[in-house]
Amino acid sequence: MTTTATPARSGFATGLAAIAPLLLGVVPFALVVGVAAANSAIGVWPAWATGFIIFAGAAQLVTIDLFDSGAAAAVIVATALVINLRHMMYSAALASSFRAFPAPWRFGLPYLMTDQAFALSITHYDDHPDPVYRRWYFFGAGIGLWAPWQAGMTVGVIVGAQVPASWSLDFAVPLVFVVLVILAVRNIPTLVAAVVGGVAAVVGMDISYNLGLILAALLGVSAGVAAERMRS
Amino acid sequence: MNPWVVIAIIGLGTYLIRLSFVAAFGYYGVPAWLESPLRYVAPAVIAAIVLPLLVAPEGRVDVSLDNVRWIAGLVAIGAALKTRSLALTIVVGMAALWILQALL
Repeated sequence: MTTTATPARSGFATGLAAIAPLLLGVVPFALVVGVAAANSAIGVWPAWATGFIIFAGAAQLVTIDLFDSGAAAAVIVATALVINLRHMMYSAALASSFRAFPAPWRFGLPYLMTDQAFALSITHYDDHPDPVYRRWYFFGAGIGLWAPWQAGMTVGVIVGAQVPASWSLDFAVPLVFVVLVILAVRNIPTLVAAVVGGVAAVVGMDISYNLGLILAALLGVSAGVAAERMRS
Repeated sequence: MNPWVVIAIIGLGTYLIRLSFVAAFGYYGVPAWLESPLRYVAPAVIAAIVLPLLVAPEGRVDVSLDNVRWIAGLVAIGAALKTRSLALTIVVGMAALWILQALL
């Protein structure tokens, strides 16, 4: 018997193959989160477990960073969830395809949602209507990022615990955020949102419980919306 | 609050956000009033997190030569704009920090 390409098999393999080159950006990110976890004020176990429990890099890094700066629990939750709000757009865009999946898949696959798995699937689905192929493709792309993410974080935790503080490896955290901001700034309104948000956060730095961060986020988003309206 | 509880709430919330429209039968999209603000959440929030880390690493604004992090941050912004690569920006940014720490 030959191993003929079933939709499940070929969907899974194609998803895995599609995510592989993107790991060049994912693994260094996971290492940085792991290093941050190793030196976190909340202890290494809960910080490391964010990989499984939250599984969203920017939100994990923000959670660890805000815990370390002594922010209020409500501020940490609000900030992390606001960062992940973009997943709502992904959920909306994939809803019509996912609706053809059996319930365990429909409720399981969203856990594996990432910017990368979404971007790959939404474009790939156009030419591949078979729901069996589609769900295995998403699973391949999703798990193909999930496993290296956990592995990369674990390596980061082990390495981060060995490296002396004088190496200033904690600086990798703002560096990751710098890249994320640069990639998020695509036009004038997004630039306005970033500048206003950043400056407001510095001005409001001393507001208790890091509430200044929430205020800065609101101001930045409002400024972005206003800039968009002015342009159109 | 116990960190495990905070992390669990964020984890559950994140999952529910990811699930939202997949599970919500009858709704086919993000409401129009939310679409525009969602575009600006990432740049606004992430910039709000990173700028204080660069210009005020010790908790007060310091853009003098005593604080090498904002200078290394500028170098990293340049690297990110040029390469758009996470790995390369980390390498360039860390190198800039170490060189500045050695020099200043």
